[in-house]
Amino acid sequence: MTSEFQPAGPGGRIVRLAENGRPQVRFRLDGLDCQALAGDTVLTAVLVCASAVRQSEFGREKRAGFCLMGACQDCWIWQEDGGRLRACSTLVAEGMQLRTVPPEAWL
Amino acid sequence: MTASGGEKVVIVGAGPAGIRAAEMLVQAGVRPIIIDEGIKAGGQIYRRPPPGFVRSPEQLYGSEARKAEALHTVFDRMLAAGQIDYHPQSSVLTIAGDFLQALTPAGRKDFTYDRLILATGAMDRLAPIPGWQAPGVFSLGAAQIALKAQGVALGSRIVLAGSGPLLTLVATQLLKAGAKIAAILDTSSIRDQAAGLPGMLARPGLVLRGLLMRARLGRLYHAGVTLDRIETDERGPVGLCWRDARGRAHVTACDMVGLGWHLRAETQLAGLAGCTFDYDESWSQWLPRADRMGRAAAGLYLAGDGLRILGADGAEVAGRLAATACLADMGLPSPDARSDLRRLGRYERFARAMARAFPWPGEMVRAVPDDTVVCRCEGVTAGQLRESVIYGGGEANRVKSLARVGMGRCQGRYCQLAGAELIAGTACIRVCDAGRLREQAPARPLPIGLWVRDA
Repeated sequence: MTSEFQPAGPGGRIVRLAENGRPQVRFRLDGLDCQALAGDTVLTAVLVCASAVRQSEFGREKRAGFCLMGACQDCWIWQEDGGRLRACSTLVAEGMQLRTVPPEAWL
Repeated sequence: MTASGGEKVVIVGAGPAGIRAAEMLVQAGVRPIIIDEGIKAGGQIYRRPPPGFVRSPEQLYGSEARKAEALHTVFDRMLAAGQIDYHPQSSVLTIAGDFLQALTPAGRKDFTYDRLILATGAMDRLAPIPGWQAPGVFSLGAAQIALKAQGVALGSRIVLAGSGPLLTLVATQLLKAGAKIAAILDTSSIRDQAAGLPGMLARPGLVLRGLLMRARLGRLYHAGVTLDRIETDERGPVGLCWRDARGRAHVTACDMVGLGWHLRAETQLAGLAGCTFDYDESWSQWLPRADRMGRAAAGLYLAGDGLRILGADGAEVAGRLAATACLADMGLPSPDARSDLRRLGRYERFARAMARAFPWPGEMVRAVPDDTVVCRCEGVTAGQLRESVIYGGGEANRVKSLARVGMGRCQGRYCQLAGAELIAGTACIRVCDAGRLREQAPARPLPIGLWVRDA
């Protein structure tokens, strides 16, 4: 396959290798505008521009997902409206408002 | 609703086993309900990307492209003809008697059934190494799913470590797609692998393909390694510290680590449905008990990697066998199963030899330092687990109550085999005598509001 190698953005960890011609989707992460491609999972979309999806509640480290098949439950991410979603099994949608940390007002 | 005197059949899982089981039922005039977590049917190994992706089956599935396509076609045809009642993106939460509850995109849904076929597949089998809780450490399966279903690599400089057929396969697929791999570290020694080879010749074509793939990995591949720890900073891995077969220490710089030791059967639902389990020495894990056709109890059938880890080809056969048993038990005409049973026997000889060639790294797990995280969900360390064994005794469920290993969101899927190994090591007992975690519903996390509203 011809590689469409596209290095991770600043702060991101995922490298796109193929299928880069899909339409763009805009979403917000921690209040900042970000771009993804239609068909990206929330996990892919977030890890292209950031290094993690959440802070571990039990350790100092952040978390970025682990199994990508809905078994480990590592990739739950906050939404601005207070709900959470499993990033590996949810497709990103235009206008999504995601947070790697809950707003301070909730704590 | 069906031609089977009204009997309702539910299949959980739409991978190779679930799809073939459904096909056989449909051919007999039964309209099964299929509940699957995927966005599209296909399972993990034949997973399909979301709409909008354009790579060909050859690019996605390599030598298995025709099998993947055949399976997807069978499923799509049944769906289009209304021959199945399909519930995608739906997770079964609990099973009790003749009914189960699932979390669907539309909320909670209850299903009743007369017969249940569980084709729940398998997941990566994980062993803890110091630092594996860091962001940027993933399972080997995750690396493959990312590539197949998303066209991405999970890092810019990748180390793959563990053992099993997936290690060589994922490395090959990533390299072909243009990812940068720094090392492929196999904890299985050349001697282990040679010991498995005679039995693996039950499927000579696969062995040859594997050896060719391995040869192409060249000097990136190292056998017989010991993994010491993952060095991390705030962003994640910066290096993997390992020793080669001669004991020499190495550090390989990386920003992503993919870990996995072959597969672990996904048996949560089989347990909730009341299956009996036996400890299987060759696969080093607890597996549900069933007859050769997959009958586990009255009206309960198991098929695929959730029963015996035979891979995708074996899962297709097991799916057909479970459906055949189901049809026979319903008093409907069922096809002759003899050739499928012979095939199953051959696949099993191969799979057991493969398990021997790429063993679970029990000794490495027992030797992890006390500050190693064993439970990734809640950050429980090996030291906390060992301590709980000393004052609470060497039994998995007691250790779960006292140290919370297995209590987290993954429900012990990723820690319980390592946990049993550590319990056995601390209590000086056999791994099988450390017992097995009892399954607890719900099998997946769910929004509490769904229950509150209905109460």
